[in-house]
Amino acid sequence: MSISVRRITKRFDDFVALDDVSVDVKPGSLTALLGPSGSGKSTLLRIIAGLETADEGAVFIDDKNVTGRPPQERGVGFVFQHYAAFKHMTVYDNVAFGLKIRKRPKAEIQERVNQLLKLVQLEGLAKRYPAQLSGGQRQRMGLARALAIDPAVLLLDEPFGALDAQVRAELREWLRRLHDETHTTTVIVTHDQEEAMEVADQIVVMSQGHVEQAGAPRDVYEEPANEFVMTFVGQAHEIGGNFVRPHDLEVTMEPNGSTSEVMIDRVVHLGFNVRLDLVGTDGERLSVQTTRDNAELNEFAPGQIVYVKPTRHTTFT
Amino acid sequence: MGKYALRFAGLGYLALILIGPILMMVWRTLGDMDAAWAAIKDPDTISAFKLTLMVTVIAVIVNTVFGIVCALLIVRGKIPGRGFLNAFVDLPLSLSPVIVGFALVALYSAQGWLGWFQRNGFEILFAKPSIVLATIFVTLPFVVREVVPTLREIGTEQEQAAQTLGANGWQTFSRVTLPAIRWAVIYGVVLTAARGIGEFGAVAVVSGNFAGQTQTATLRVEDAYQFAYGEYAPAYGIAFVLAATAVIILIAMIFLQPKESRY
Repeated sequence: MSISVRRITKRFDDFVALDDVSVDVKPGSLTALLGPSGSGKSTLLRIIAGLETADEGAVFIDDKNVTGRPPQERGVGFVFQHYAAFKHMTVYDNVAFGLKIRKRPKAEIQERVNQLLKLVQLEGLAKRYPAQLSGGQRQRMGLARALAIDPAVLLLDEPFGALDAQVRAELREWLRRLHDETHTTTVIVTHDQEEAMEVADQIVVMSQGHVEQAGAPRDVYEEPANEFVMTFVGQAHEIGGNFVRPHDLEVTMEPNGSTSEVMIDRVVHLGFNVRLDLVGTDGERLSVQTTRDNAELNEFAPGQIVYVKPTRHTTFT
Repeated sequence: MGKYALRFAGLGYLALILIGPILMMVWRTLGDMDAAWAAIKDPDTISAFKLTLMVTVIAVIVNTVFGIVCALLIVRGKIPGRGFLNAFVDLPLSLSPVIVGFALVALYSAQGWLGWFQRNGFEILFAKPSIVLATIFVTLPFVVREVVPTLREIGTEQEQAAQTLGANGWQTFSRVTLPAIRWAVIYGVVLTAARGIGEFGAVAVVSGNFAGQTQTATLRVEDAYQFAYGEYAPAYGIAFVLAATAVIILIAMIFLQPKESRY
């Protein structure tokens, strides 16, 4: 089911959280709302769910105007950053909640809940209470609970933000696979550009209540619409009015006409990649990504003078 | 040595201040069992216990329902002056019960703002309704005080999750909010009951203290003491029953402590 957000404005007292924002989400897609804190991405998600009301504008789900509708009538599955688990209920009862509210037959509820618990790999933990689960397990329970009502759209508000890096990476991949199986239209809010690039097929970059750019991950990275997107989605250095990504800088041992002189400050081994932290002649700092083999071949070391040249750059007018 | 000094000071203090008077009363009751038992069996005493029970049950029900409503308003309500309301709820704790009783007399007497009842033959003052009103007044803070911090702690996310899953307002309250605050409510109910049973000052002013009609158990104890003429066993006997009730409530509270491990 599609989601269409039309010219939404939302203020909290004097603070404008969303300023005339429009976003389109295609049926069956996985869209990431990406931005720093305070960019309005969570507020936008909550307005889509009906947990927050917009001052102006309209929200359409499956081409139906749901603007004035309460969350109960929108058929959205919502996953919260801090799980919002019903602490007094078992895992089973948490997942069954939406179905019980809908007064489904007991046998049907049981079948559906067991099927979902299997999907989120919590089969053996049905009788546990949320307090007895790890963060990752709680969030998978939250997902199963949201999916139980067969939502028209699945909305996730920084779902992996409270988890440690390894669990986060696991769940991220798992969410992507789940989406490939179910094709439920999904919107995920995140401040982590890597997470957005990895799971989403559309990224909406937001900042200060505006949409800066919307597009496929590759387009947002390779053809950023402006300086903000260039520097927020992946790293970038400004060199003489041009923006260059760290892996688009070539390091040479000898100067030629178009290179600039820098000193190596630090050599950081990141596994496959090696990052060189550099200081320019004017004291400006930048970093370069190069391969491990290249770093070993050139015997890069702190204090060494080398020369850099962009192989590819972007200019904004 | 310091360890023992601390224990001696603490336990000695509790023994002298708390245990001593109660034990003495129990001792006196046991000393003249027949007189004490006769006083407890007296129809006017039975009637006083029944009245106290009825009044306490009503006060508990009213203050549980409205206590939860007020707590929701204080924590979740979008009204101005919530902080003021929160502080105002504590008024019965700082106000002397005698003043509460006196204020109720002023309000419900024929010349008071709610004197209409009195003027039209609805007996409130010096009758059971005023006892109920006085008890509700003095026991109002307990449920609110217990529920407010718990509501703040659980936050609104669970309720929002219930809404997105299709639960309406009542379903959200009954299936998510109420179970989450239930230990606070139970604790508040116990405190309300204990305070209701023990209330004396406000009730003494408004009830009229007619034996067998508007005399509560605490008023009955006071009566037995006032008109003892050297024979205190009846007063000790009735007081013993009230004290035993308080101890049972205290023990109930210990067992009602939630098992933290599960939730």
